Amino acid sequence: MRSAFTFCLGLFLSSSSALAQAGYLQLPQTVSAGAAWSLPTHGAGQGVLYIVGPGQVLKRTFRLGDTLAFSPGELYNAGHYTAFLVSPSATESTDFDVTAATQPESISFLAKPSRLPVSLQNGISGVAYLFDTFQNLMMNPVEVSFQLFETGGAVQERTVTARNGVAWVRMNSASRAGIAQFRASAGKVTEKRVVQQVPGDPCSLRMTAHLAGRRIALETEPVRDCSGNPVPDGTVVTFTESYHDMETTVDVPIKRGVARIEMPANNGAVISVATGVVLGNTIKWEGGK
Amino acid sequence: MKSGSLLALFITVATAAFIVVGTVWPIPPAAAIAGTRGPLLSASTSPQTVVENLLREIGNRNWVEAYSSLANRNEFSEFEFERDLTGGYPSLRTYATLDTFDLHPIHASADQAEIRANLQWSSVVGTFQDVRDLRVIKNSNGWQVAWPIVKEPRVPPQVIPVNYLRWDVIYRGPQDDWGSQDVEAPHVRIVDMHPIERGGGVVVLGEILNEDVVPAYVSVKASLLAKGGAAIATEDAFDKISHILLPKQVSPFRIDFHNVRLTQVDSIRMDPSSSLIAASADPVIVIQDQKLVSPPGFGLSAQLVNQSGQVVNITHVLATFYDSGNKLVWVAGKYADRALLPQTPVPISIPVPSDLSGKVSNYRVITSTYIQ
Repeated sequence: MRSAFTFCLGLFLSSSSALAQAGYLQLPQTVSAGAAWSLPTHGAGQGVLYIVGPGQVLKRTFRLGDTLAFSPGELYNAGHYTAFLVSPSATESTDFDVTAATQPESISFLAKPSRLPVSLQNGISGVAYLFDTFQNLMMNPVEVSFQLFETGGAVQERTVTARNGVAWVRMNSASRAGIAQFRASAGKVTEKRVVQQVPGDPCSLRMTAHLAGRRIALETEPVRDCSGNPVPDGTVVTFTESYHDMETTVDVPIKRGVARIEMPANNGAVISVATGVVLGNTIKWEGGK
Repeated sequence: MKSGSLLALFITVATAAFIVVGTVWPIPPAAAIAGTRGPLLSASTSPQTVVENLLREIGNRNWVEAYSSLANRNEFSEFEFERDLTGGYPSLRTYATLDTFDLHPIHASADQAEIRANLQWSSVVGTFQDVRDLRVIKNSNGWQVAWPIVKEPRVPPQVIPVNYLRWDVIYRGPQDDWGSQDVEAPHVRIVDMHPIERGGGVVVLGEILNEDVVPAYVSVKASLLAKGGAAIATEDAFDKISHILLPKQVSPFRIDFHNVRLTQVDSIRMDPSSSLIAASADPVIVIQDQKLVSPPGFGLSAQLVNQSGQVVNITHVLATFYDSGNKLVWVAGKYADRALLPQTPVPISIPVPSDLSGKVSNYRVITSTYIQ
C-alpha cells in the first residue's frame, strides 16, 4: 500500500516537474494581498487552476490560452502559495508569494502600563503591530511615530522603523500627574491609548487640630507627593489618638485634597497621623491651648 | 449475605430508635429550631425554669408568647422587645438564630432572683454571644422575668453632608481589538509575613498594602511547601482579611492550616492577588476607646462609631496584634452583631488566645463595612 502511494506521488511530481518546464503557468513571483491581478495562460483545451495558500484555497476552471483575472480582495492572506494547473494532458505547479500591502491600515497598539507613578524613567512601553486591510502583518520597514501628550501640553516624540511588522519604544512618565495620551501613527493610521500618570507616595503629612463642640476636629494640610502633585482623593489617612491606656483610630479617605475627622477631646491625648508607610506630625491635645 | 442483612436490620432499628428518642426527649435548642413548644416547656416553678422557658420561646421566635410572659411589659412594647433581640435595622442579629444558652444564678431570695443568661447566637459568619443579666420576680402570677431591654438610641433628624467618593471601572469589551489595553490591576504588596505553629497547625500571619491610587479587591493565598518543593497544603485568608482596600490602606490577614507541623514546612509560597473594584470611600468608622482587656477573657474592647449618615448593616472588625519588637503575634476578627446607626457607639470585643497576653504590647484595628 505504502509503495503504491510512493509510486503515485513520484509519478505526479515527475509529471509536474516536466510540465513546469513546458511553461504553461507563468505566475508573478509576488502578488500584493488584496490587489487585482491577472494570469496569462498558454495552450488549448479546458484547464483547472488550484491556488493553495495559508488559510485560503481557490479553484478556477478556464480555457487554456485565456488570461485569468483575479478581482481585488480575492487573494488576501499574505504568505507562501502554490498554484497547480491541471489540463487534460498534464499538470503543472509553481510557487509564489502574496505580500502585505505597503501602507498600513490598522495598528494594534499595546501601551503598558495603563497607570504608573510620575517621574519614572522608561516606565512606559509602547509596542505597535502594523497590519494591512486584510490583517496581514506588514513585514516591510515602515516608520512609526510614537507621541506622548502629557498634561500641560508637553510632548515626547520618537520615530522608530518597524521591522517584521513591529515597532516599540520606551518613554518616561512626566513629573506632573494627569492623564497622558499615547499615540502611535504610521501612514494615515493613528491609534490612541490613555496612560494615567499618578502621584507618588505622600512626601510630607501635617495636620492641625481645633475644638469642635466637645470633640477635636482634625484636618490635614493638602497632601502632596515629592513632586508637588496632590495625592488622589480616596487615599487613606490614619489618625490615632492615644489617651492613657486607650486608643482611638480611624481610617479617613482624602477628599478634596485633605482628610478631616472628629475624634474625642481628651486632655493630654497624643494624636498622630500616617498614610501608607509615611508618618506625619504628632499633636498633644491640651484642651485647644 | 447473612451478615449484610443483619447489618441492614440493625441500622434500620437504630435509626427508628434515635428518631423516637429525639422526638420524645429533644434537646432544648433542637426543640426551639424544630418549632416544638407547649408540652416541652417546664412548669414555671422556679426562677431557672422560667428563664429557660422564656429563652426557648425566644429561640423559637415566638415573640408574642415570650413578651406575654414578662414581668415588666409596662416598660416597653412587644415591637421594642423584638427589635431588641433581632435588631431594629437589618444586621447580623436579624439573620441569626439562638443556638444554645446557659444560665448562671447570681443570687436568689424568696421573691427575687438574678440569673446571668449567656446566649449563643449562630449566624452565617459564626457564632456570637449575648450576655443578659435577668431579674426574676415572684408575683401573684408566679415567677416572671423582668427583661433588661436595650433600646436602640434614636438619632435626631438631621442632614449630614457627605462628599461622596466612589470609583467606577470601564473594562475592555469583547468587541475591542486584541491590542486594546485593559485597565491595570491595582498594585498590592505583602509588607509583612510571619508563620507560627499553633493548636496543632500552622498559621500564616501577615499584612498587605494597597500601594496604588485606586481601590482594590484583594485576596491572599498561601501554599506550604515541603523540602522537595511539593505542596503540603494551600489555603486562603477567607474572612480573616479586609478584602476591599482603599489606596494606601493596610489589611492584616491570617491563613490557618490544620494538622500541619511547622517542621514539615520548608518554604511558603505567598500568592496575593488583586483586581479593580467599583468601591466607595464611605462610611468612615471611628474605632474609639480601644483597650486591651486583661485575662481572663483576654482581648481587645472598643466602641465603633459610624461618622456617616448611613446605617451600616454589617461591620467586620479586624485587629492585628504585635509584640514589643513590632513583630506580628496574632490576627483576630469579629463581626458587630448590631447595625451601626449614625453617630451611635456600638461596643465590640475581640477575643484573643489568653496565652498571648504576655506577648501582645501593641495592636492596630481596622473595619470593613457592608451596607444593604
